Amino acid sequence: MTATAAPAPPDEQAEDEALPLRRTPTRKRLVPYWLLLPGILWLVVFFAAPLVYQASTSLQTGSLEEGFKVTWHVATYWDALAEYWPQFVRSVGYAAVATVLCLLLGYPLAYLIAFKAGRWRNLVMILVIAPFFTSFLIRTLAWKTILADGGPVVGALDALHLLDVTGALGITEGHRVLATPLAVVCGLTYNFLPFMVLPLYTSLERIDPRLHEAAGDLYARPATTFRRVTFPLSMPGVVAGTLLTFIPAAGDYINAELLGSTDQKMIGNVIQSQFLRVLDYPTAAALSFILMAAILAMVTLYIRKSGTEDLV
Amino acid sequence: MAATDTPTKALRWLRRNLVTLAGLATLAYLVLPNVVVMVFSFNKPNGRFNYQWTRFSTDAWTDPCGVADMCGSLGLSLEIAVWATVGATVLGTMIAFALARYRFRARAGVNTLIFLPMAMPEVVMAASLATLFLNMGIQFGFWTILIAHIMFCLSFVVTAVKARVMSMDPRLEQAAQDLYATPVQTFLRVTLPIAAPGIAAGALLSFALSFDDFIITNFNAGSTVTFPMFVWGSAQRGTPVQINVIGTAMFLVAVLCVFVGQLAGTQRKRSKHSKRSKRSQRS
Repeated sequence: MTATAAPAPPDEQAEDEALPLRRTPTRKRLVPYWLLLPGILWLVVFFAAPLVYQASTSLQTGSLEEGFKVTWHVATYWDALAEYWPQFVRSVGYAAVATVLCLLLGYPLAYLIAFKAGRWRNLVMILVIAPFFTSFLIRTLAWKTILADGGPVVGALDALHLLDVTGALGITEGHRVLATPLAVVCGLTYNFLPFMVLPLYTSLERIDPRLHEAAGDLYARPATTFRRVTFPLSMPGVVAGTLLTFIPAAGDYINAELLGSTDQKMIGNVIQSQFLRVLDYPTAAALSFILMAAILAMVTLYIRKSGTEDLV
Repeated sequence: MAATDTPTKALRWLRRNLVTLAGLATLAYLVLPNVVVMVFSFNKPNGRFNYQWTRFSTDAWTDPCGVADMCGSLGLSLEIAVWATVGATVLGTMIAFALARYRFRARAGVNTLIFLPMAMPEVVMAASLATLFLNMGIQFGFWTILIAHIMFCLSFVVTAVKARVMSMDPRLEQAAQDLYATPVQTFLRVTLPIAAPGIAAGALLSFALSFDDFIITNFNAGSTVTFPMFVWGSAQRGTPVQINVIGTAMFLVAVLCVFVGQLAGTQRKRSKHSKRSKRSQRS
């Protein structure tokens, strides 16, 4: 083994720094494939193949009693889109608002952990991570208590006459928050906030604090330092965080089901009820394909725009 | 002058600590539901729903399994989470090593296949896998849940382990081999210990994801009821206080685990540090 030692050519090294610096003997070339085989097989059989199956299902017609057949019935897509476009629009809208809120709320928290927490950093980190290990369904149900009619939140908002404002904007109704868009967005924001905070923290932590000092020495005001130094350097975290928040939020149906009313149904709710209650598999399959395509398109566009492609 | 000094001082303090205050407010937003869950685990509700505070009681804590089927579903969730963690960690670690240590054809393809499950809405994966099972005539239950959980945990393990292995110096292994370590010895004594924190992180994440998963389980469980499914059902039928007890206990156990883990981490760092400083003092 040692005899074959030879440094890899520099261009290869630049391509992937973590690779061993010696040439692999031929009989070892098969090792990566053996390592990959079981896991990749699992993903192909239980992730990729089901997607193909679903594509064929979306082109089927029939019923549960007579069985389904592939009839290349593309109209399912159009019918589904025509019937459920409000839910699509609502899902994207709610997810977008929740993502923006997560960014606005999550950034100060990530900043706090990265630069200001000091010896409290571990404790704050625990409080951000621990919810991951507590059932999120139970926590979402807790929002029912927090936002309950006549509860403290509704009372406070009412006393400040904020409910009149939100009511005029159409995000609450009357003297309640539960079963309104506000409650659903609040739940979504809450549920996906850790997914925003953690990547933001990771990218903020990498920033050399001396850069802040340097900016200060060059007479930059704190706001300017943030705008010109901190924020641009945290862009990978912002992009990763927004994706990690937006994608699951757009497909979520738990918050809309538990905190919203029938008026706040998102596309996830429709897919769930089509698949598990109505048993209309072609429509469910078509809807999830449209959702997937829409998200893929938006994500691709977003990554292009934000200019960070080293995410994978 | 002195009269106007105080408000400006307060204002200046507020301005200087604005970010900290905003961060703490977000933290409060994150923790609030956990506090509510905790407080309401001591409630004695009137009727089936535990959404309104009635009066203090420790009944639910003294009889946590007093609700039909709840502890059974909890046990099932734990069992599935353990096996899903084992499966995903083994398969994922192998893939991560292959990706981090070898160059081979189809690397880009494999990377994409690993990335896609994390970038896809859960409901799409859930519905498509359920479609496959339906078409194959496979009975929904324990095995279909386990298969699904290993599938979606796999990518997270690969990502966690890969990050760790990528950042390790390959020359460490070469050094071991130069000192006549066999490949097996090199792997067990050098590679594995260095990769261990990544593997542990991946395993922990798998466990949490599997234990808490609702969406994918909802589509692939049939009539089998895991703990999240039980909670979901109880949201319609009436939430027993015991659910809050379990939620609180999970939170406390998680906090304790993370705390002990971090403490052990700092301890290790500190002991290494002190050894090093002693050595330097001697020389």
